[in-house]
Amino acid sequence: MFPFVLEKPDSTEDAIAAAAAGARYIAGGTTLVDLMREEVERPERLIDINRLPLGGIRVEGEHLVIGALARMAEVAADANVQRLQPLIAESLIEGASPQLRNMASMGGNLLQRVRCPYFRMLDAGCNKRTPGSGCAAIDGLNAGHAILGTSDHCVATHPSDVAVALVALDATMRVRGPQGERSFPVEELFRLPGDTPHLEHTLLPGELIVEIRVPGGPHSRRARYLKVRDRASYEFALVSAAVALLVEDGVIRQARIAVGGVGTRPWRLRDCEAELVGKGPDRQAFEEAARLAARGARPLRHNHFKAELLPRTIVRALEMAGEVA
Amino acid sequence: MAENPSELHLPGPIMSRREALQVTAGAVTLAALPPETVAATSSSPAVVKNDMTLTMTVNGRIHTLTVDPRQSVLDVLRETLDLTGTKKGCNQGACGACTVLVDGKRIVSCLTLAAMHGGAQIETIEGLEKDGVLHPLQEAFVEHEGLQCGFCTPGQIMSGLGCIAEGHAGSPQEIQFWMSGNICRCGAYPGIVAAVADAAGRT
Repeated sequence: MFPFVLEKPDSTEDAIAAAAAGARYIAGGTTLVDLMREEVERPERLIDINRLPLGGIRVEGEHLVIGALARMAEVAADANVQRLQPLIAESLIEGASPQLRNMASMGGNLLQRVRCPYFRMLDAGCNKRTPGSGCAAIDGLNAGHAILGTSDHCVATHPSDVAVALVALDATMRVRGPQGERSFPVEELFRLPGDTPHLEHTLLPGELIVEIRVPGGPHSRRARYLKVRDRASYEFALVSAAVALLVEDGVIRQARIAVGGVGTRPWRLRDCEAELVGKGPDRQAFEEAARLAARGARPLRHNHFKAELLPRTIVRALEMAGEVA
Repeated sequence: MAENPSELHLPGPIMSRREALQVTAGAVTLAALPPETVAATSSSPAVVKNDMTLTMTVNGRIHTLTVDPRQSVLDVLRETLDLTGTKKGCNQGACGACTVLVDGKRIVSCLTLAAMHGGAQIETIEGLEKDGVLHPLQEAFVEHEGLQCGFCTPGQIMSGLGCIAEGHAGSPQEIQFWMSGNICRCGAYPGIVAAVADAAGRT
């Protein structure tokens, strides 16, 4: 690991000023410490933000508000989260391990870096790690990689589970930076790789995630997260689906579908959602809608199966949501 | 456990395997370096020093430590405090062998910087036995043969304590899911699950 200076500011302003000058934030550290040890990340100055007042979970009217420093385990076990947004609790518990969920912050979860093995292999080409060095995954072992939103420069998936749920639920995030605060949909945090895969998010220099706001509504109760993976727990998704249904008088009034494990960012499927509205919540309707999910997919040599697994996962997740009493 | 568990004891007439390795490794390293390198290493101005001083409580004993910010909690436990019961398996947060409790919560100590834990209360495997009596979960691991080689066992037991405290030891299926952050390459999983279930029933 390269040497660095660790600072622990007591004020958010001091933290932001340091980050605007090039320092990196650290909260749980579960991604960053690992990547620093691998020398993929080489920050010279780290700002420990754990003293800042960015934790906690609260309810504001119809909104669930989750502080950026709230830990994954804390959010998953929170009574308000379980009552108002069970999809968030379910997606969190399906991610990482109990130990990591005790450590990892919600803000850090959204900003976690990719799990593509070539990203952390210093002698392999990776445009995300070293712009212009190529992408070893495109012709390499790519069963775990993306089929949607890829480019000729990067095919890595975004690894977060809870981000998929937050995108499905139209969550927004409040960030604070040197120029003050702003809010925007969580979905807009994530960039497509294009020809600049080293640019992963839309935060400006020094910006710090303050909180995540999740609007509530009648759809929140019929909401499920299904994660398909190589083992039953503690594994990244091959395909995952976060879905929510609002069913009235036997008719789907509103549908929300976002998927993970297949896209270079958490992937909302608005065409599939539109296809479901006005139909009965049955398998035929689910299959017709899910058929649209893999349109435009660009499978790689080892991940053709995802184009088939994706609609199947969506159908099963919709069935699970429909079964919620 | 001794009265003063963190006191470093010098290698005595009967050396442990670890003590023997420490002494010989140091001697070999020094012998392999040319004399001028030894001199340079001891007073090298080029070495960046960002050391930080902090206090942490480990198994009820308060330690004031000076750490390099690069040191993980795991490295400080093993290398500085000589609490080698906590194991370094993968050193990347994937295996759970380094699990300890920090402020009552199970974490992987390899993925967190010691310098970020000033004031923390840390519990390791060495702190479980009291006055020669094993903790009920340790007893249960022996009874149910929740191990073969034993390397993952300290992490399994510390994680099992977290699992029970969190209320996730209600059924074998639930234990399997909530213990999935701990890998056992010997495959002693049935015994591990039985031990956690047994201890959860006793507490």
